[in-house]
Amino acid sequence: MKSLRFVAGRAVQGVIVMAGVSLIVFFALFLTGDPAAVMMPPDANRAEIEAFRHAMGYDDPILVQYLRFVGGVASGDFGRSLRFQRPAFDLLFERLPATALLAVTALLWSSLLGFVLGTLAAVRKNGAIDFAIRVISLLGQAVPVFWLGLLLIIVFSLKLRWLPSGGIGTPAQLVMPSLALGAYYFSAITRLVRASLIEVLGENYIRTARAKGTSEWRIVVHHAMRNALIPVITVQGMYFASLLGGALITEIIFAWPGIGRLAVDSIQTKDFPVVQAVVLFAAFVFVVTNFLVDVAHVFLNPRVRL
Amino acid sequence: MTRAPQTAAVNEPVVRVEDLSVAFSARGAWRSVVAGVSFAIGRRETLALVGESGSGKSVTALAMMRLLPRGATRTTGRVLLHGRDLVALPEAGMRAMRGNALAMIFQEPMTSLNPSLTVGDQISEVLRQHRRMRFAQAKAETLHLFDKVRIPAADRRFGEYPHQLSGGMRQRVMIAMALACRPKLLIADEPTTALDVTIQAEILALIRRLQEEEDLAVLFITHDMGVVAELADRTAVMSAGAIVESAETARLFAAPREAHTRMLLSAVPRLGSMRGIRRPARFPLAGAAGGEAVAEEDVNGGPAATPDGTGLPDAGAPPLLKVRGLTVRFDSSSGFFGRSTARVHAVEDVSFDIRPGETLALVGESGCGKSSTGRAILRLVRAHSGAVEFAGRDVLALPKSDLGFLRRDVQMIFQDPFASLDPRMRIGAAIAEPMLVHGVASRRTVPERVAELLAEVGLEAAMADRWPHEFSGGQRQRICIARALGLAPKLIIADEAVSALDASIKAQIVNLMLDLQRDLGLAFLFISHDMAVVERISHRVAVMYRGEIVEIGPRAAIFENPQHAYTRRLLAAVPVPDPAHRGLRRIFDDADPQPPLRAMGDPPVRRRWRTVAPGHAVQV
Repeated sequence: MKSLRFVAGRAVQGVIVMAGVSLIVFFALFLTGDPAAVMMPPDANRAEIEAFRHAMGYDDPILVQYLRFVGGVASGDFGRSLRFQRPAFDLLFERLPATALLAVTALLWSSLLGFVLGTLAAVRKNGAIDFAIRVISLLGQAVPVFWLGLLLIIVFSLKLRWLPSGGIGTPAQLVMPSLALGAYYFSAITRLVRASLIEVLGENYIRTARAKGTSEWRIVVHHAMRNALIPVITVQGMYFASLLGGALITEIIFAWPGIGRLAVDSIQTKDFPVVQAVVLFAAFVFVVTNFLVDVAHVFLNPRVRL
Repeated sequence: MTRAPQTAAVNEPVVRVEDLSVAFSARGAWRSVVAGVSFAIGRRETLALVGESGSGKSVTALAMMRLLPRGATRTTGRVLLHGRDLVALPEAGMRAMRGNALAMIFQEPMTSLNPSLTVGDQISEVLRQHRRMRFAQAKAETLHLFDKVRIPAADRRFGEYPHQLSGGMRQRVMIAMALACRPKLLIADEPTTALDVTIQAEILALIRRLQEEEDLAVLFITHDMGVVAELADRTAVMSAGAIVESAETARLFAAPREAHTRMLLSAVPRLGSMRGIRRPARFPLAGAAGGEAVAEEDVNGGPAATPDGTGLPDAGAPPLLKVRGLTVRFDSSSGFFGRSTARVHAVEDVSFDIRPGETLALVGESGCGKSSTGRAILRLVRAHSGAVEFAGRDVLALPKSDLGFLRRDVQMIFQDPFASLDPRMRIGAAIAEPMLVHGVASRRTVPERVAELLAEVGLEAAMADRWPHEFSGGQRQRICIARALGLAPKLIIADEAVSALDASIKAQIVNLMLDLQRDLGLAFLFISHDMAVVERISHRVAVMYRGEIVEIGPRAAIFENPQHAYTRRLLAAVPVPDPAHRGLRRIFDDADPQPPLRAMGDPPVRRRWRTVAPGHAVQV
């Protein structure tokens, strides 16, 4: 009962966050000055700008505009793309599967490997294996994704000619983008799992488990892992959310037709409704993922259950 | 329940430790921590291993369990359990012994249980591991163990998590876990040190009863001589990694041979040792390393700074601090947006006076509201209602900006001397800071004042340039006292100021506080749960229970003629450091000293008081 209230409370908080985000996204339109003048081509004359302003409703009172915006968003209408003359929402949704595929692949391999290597490093703390894993994960976090992406293309596409350098459709095309994108997360998760597990393994209750005659394997899996996962899950939720919002650099390097590229293209062409849709979507994914992380906490951590 | 010494059992020991030595590796070199420790424990026998912190008691126990980190430690010697040498066993063989043939319980019941597993799971795991029981069978056996360690409502408890249990209950769970496989040897490492005194009494009684039922050999590690006298058949005194004296407990208490043993015993606060003495008295300390010379006159002497020479503060003097109806409430929030639905009445209608040069002790168990009272007086927490008058000024009504006099004239000393000093501030600077803040010394004059203060608390002036980590716990508490004295306060609120210290250090700090009171006319509000120390240091005592003062009066009246049931319970639960006194104490029901949670808008309960004697009142 109490955990249900906790979850409901978090849901209400999510709705409030989204309302705040909608305010920011809406008013960001006016930050760059007169939206009609910004969006119209530079050679447009005054009458054309006025006509556009009226057509877009930019001459209405600001509150009316905001309510229209929120009402539209609530019913799935993010406005029309100026460039494609199609609903921004449709454009976003066309790109979503590509982004989701990339995000899930990248997060899956990086989580699995990071989890295994992080655990291994923690159990073999200060040994040779730990040292090797720490070096690898340090490199993974230090190397910028654009450099790694270009390097992969040079080696595997230009020199070895093993993998295609871009595009979408075949599993081979997925390898390099997900590798480049996941490298950072793999390193971060490895390091986090290692640090978290080492901390938990130093706790008094692990000593208690040893005093009971529990095997090291069971201590790690049964006694330590559940406690060590609590911070890891939180961070992973945030990683996943930021990945689903579009991986800007990776998508551009590998010509991946995802949300990240859509965002960059729309910003460059001042296609404001699409930018708004992308930002709102990214925020929405963040809120939902965080909510799911909170729900996961209820299961992992009895102290949250109250 | 007195038992004859198990002389027959000693001949055929359950465990025999021979020449056990442990070394830790530190920066490439091996440092000896335990050197050549030998002892034996028979069936149903309890051996107490006593000593001050750092003497190697816990390391000895962990070495017997082979729980010290491999690689960083080196253990030599033999630990023979029924003839098998545990030191020489392969790791897998040792794992089969742990929790099975020998088991251990630890000091911190709060952190020794896994927070994300149910207590039932954690106990039944032992049975599933060592006895290969199936889940249902292990659960049935676990419920039986719950009964054995007197955990009520076993069925419901099985599925609960550690955070849902009180400290005493958690220690019972630890004991159930340790005894699940009927071990031959139980190692208890300070199992009651973190618990309140009434809970301690219950746990000790439980361990003793289970020992009879299970024929256990018990190795009991403690620094508390009262606990030793309570339950040990034989006692081994450790110092600097070696056993310096070992004897039957009664013999050791009656005729200690070694100076170190005498020092440990002399530092033990004994309840009732103040009978017939009207004013606070210093601890008579036997001369030993770091100790003070025996001061025989102190037993009947003590602070005598008052004009009439009695050492008692002038009863006619106007009070320095006047607290009336002080009430502190904390909202307990829940619901969607943390809406308050209930309140903890942490402090409820508390009233007392402290006169200049007087010590009032505020005693009670964890969570009873004594610390909140001290903080509310200093306005560190907000009082809900009531009045606090210090030196004639209404503290609660003044704006924050006018509280300078309060922050100067009332100083606080806290329990943890490690956490109360900034690790990146030289102690000289730490002592100087409040004086500079309040402008009572200038940058030019302050070094001289710091030197004076250090001398006053028994440290050397040259130590001002050192860092906090270079000092021991007792020395740090002296530094905190010096810092408090810098502002020439009229009142010091000491919140469990000696509770974390070893007995001999505790006695030294109490003596220091008494000396300072004599020389400077300080008043103390001494917040503590330690009745034996309270008996030494205080002029008057107020007993707090569930957020309220239930009895207040002169020290002698409270200790010799306690009226309230809770006061009596508190006194009876204090272990008596006299083996002859064993078994005379009663065991009490579990009662919660913490204040109850009340719904918002609950009408306050009006309490009635009965005057026992002038100045001695009890709630009825």
